[in-house]
Amino acid sequence: MNIVVCIKQVPDTTEVRLDPKTGTLIREGVPSIINPDDRAGLEEALKIKDATGAKVTVVSMGPPQAADALREAYAMGADEVILLTDRAFAGSDTWATSSALAGTLNGLEYDLIIAGRQAIDGDTAQVGPQVAEHLNLPSVSYVEEVQEITDEYIVVKRQFEDRYQIIKVKLPCLITTLGGMNEPRYMHVSRVLDSYRNEDTVTTYTVNDIEVDHSNLGLAGSPTRVRRSFTKGVKAAGKVFEVDEKEGARIILEALEERFII
Amino acid sequence: MLQDYKGVMVFAEQRDGHLQSVSLELLGKARDLAEQLDTHVSAVVVGKDVSNLVNILSHYGADKVYAVEDDRLEKYMTEPYVKAVFETCQQVKPDIVLFGATSIGRDLAPRVSARVHTGLTADCTSLDIDPETKLLLMTRPAFGGNIMATIVCENHRPQMSTVRPGVMQRIEPEDRDTELIRIDAGLTDADFNVEILSEEVEQKKKVKIEDANILISAGRGIGGPEKLPVLQELADVIGGVVSGSRAVIDAGWLPKERQVGQTGKTVRPDVYFANGISGAIQHLAGMEESEFIIAVNKNPEAPIFQVADLGIVGDLNRVLPELTKNIAALKEKKAKQE
Repeated sequence: MNIVVCIKQVPDTTEVRLDPKTGTLIREGVPSIINPDDRAGLEEALKIKDATGAKVTVVSMGPPQAADALREAYAMGADEVILLTDRAFAGSDTWATSSALAGTLNGLEYDLIIAGRQAIDGDTAQVGPQVAEHLNLPSVSYVEEVQEITDEYIVVKRQFEDRYQIIKVKLPCLITTLGGMNEPRYMHVSRVLDSYRNEDTVTTYTVNDIEVDHSNLGLAGSPTRVRRSFTKGVKAAGKVFEVDEKEGARIILEALEERFII
Repeated sequence: MLQDYKGVMVFAEQRDGHLQSVSLELLGKARDLAEQLDTHVSAVVVGKDVSNLVNILSHYGADKVYAVEDDRLEKYMTEPYVKAVFETCQQVKPDIVLFGATSIGRDLAPRVSARVHTGLTADCTSLDIDPETKLLLMTRPAFGGNIMATIVCENHRPQMSTVRPGVMQRIEPEDRDTELIRIDAGLTDADFNVEILSEEVEQKKKVKIEDANILISAGRGIGGPEKLPVLQELADVIGGVVSGSRAVIDAGWLPKERQVGQTGKTVRPDVYFANGISGAIQHLAGMEESEFIIAVNKNPEAPIFQVADLGIVGDLNRVLPELTKNIAALKEKKAKQE
């Protein structure tokens, strides 16, 4: 069985702070990590490998430094790691990103594709389902457990806000995984060393190595554009009222209604 | 041609025959957008026996309702629902399509938009029309909520977005003439390529305070564990979860997994109620990025008032029951209107 896992290297947004004076992002010193939902997906793939001897290939699209995330995936136990990097991909929205990843997958063998549900720097949850769409594969999002896998099908637990479903899907298919579904394993020390010693650990693909219509890539191939971006700014001082409980409750209720909480 | 695409369409999400409230909120926003574009509002509803939902969709703003009905569509399944909404888009050619950013909308919309080959903006918190270009301005938080970005989709139609539940406002229900149009999406057995082996609706989920949209948080100032029901009653009526400061957890009034703060959990709910919490720096570190902070405390000098968006100096044992009562009354009034 061949499993391909799509991962993204992201800044650890829980470490990002706003400059209290200017309201701008302080990006310096923010560590890069494998996106948590993707890391959970990789762990699921490695568990299947442990049980069945499946081959696990990991693909990441990003700048050259994303190779570090792939070395980490290799050190955790992935068999092959591929970095998709090219200036032609710069400025990609989710359509262009999923087109590039699907183009890469067109040249790989797969029975199961795993992507994290969403990345913590974008939170869109779009790329996984869109890759499945480009490849014309069935997909299941929000997977919180893989219950069974054979050469023919996979059984997963799919989470909703108010319920869950146990879903059986024929392979090949794509699933998107939730962080927290497992405890990702540590890296093997020897494989960490190998991944840095051996220059061939990370295979690099450029736009010429994938099977895709180039007009669908990068900024030019992206249907959406960022018109403007802004920080929410420094918080204004709040209001404090010394009033009786009737007035206090009324003020709170009014604020909640204004913010559509109620 | 881009100008062939007209109207604002809302994906009306139903589960077990009940419309999700975000869909009614989106109809309210759709009316606002349609007014600015001088066009109409439609809803597309997919499922088994769903055309009876036309009345409520009409009351909340739909001029037209497109229904894709099939017994096999009773439960949400990705591929057939994608095909149903895609076929509707192809036949109707809406200018804008809005989905609720639920675990269904966020699964459906990416595939529909990719099949159409158009853009999709996720989890929007604000939608507007550019007065000059008439483009949909889609604003969303990114980077863990640290920045906001306004996105446009210039050259592809429909313009699509998913919208967070709870940020748009439904309109007051009103009578209007609404046309029901059935769509044949050409579904075949091959579209039903997954099998739902079982489904379980969960009454109560495991408590995870970091996922809660509203936290009703207790500090030592509540007085004692016997006061917790006052907070729980507010949480129940507003759809929140009770959490606490370190002092409350250390005293054994609440379990450890409910602790907010440096040694507990970092939370970022839409609303954080700090009740009887003085606001030690370790506590602030765990909650100061909440969207809206309401503090109730007897002590006007409590540091919590410096980070609160709204502060009430007073006895929480009097203010909270009053608030609970008012919210319950308001909800009852709204429920009667539907």
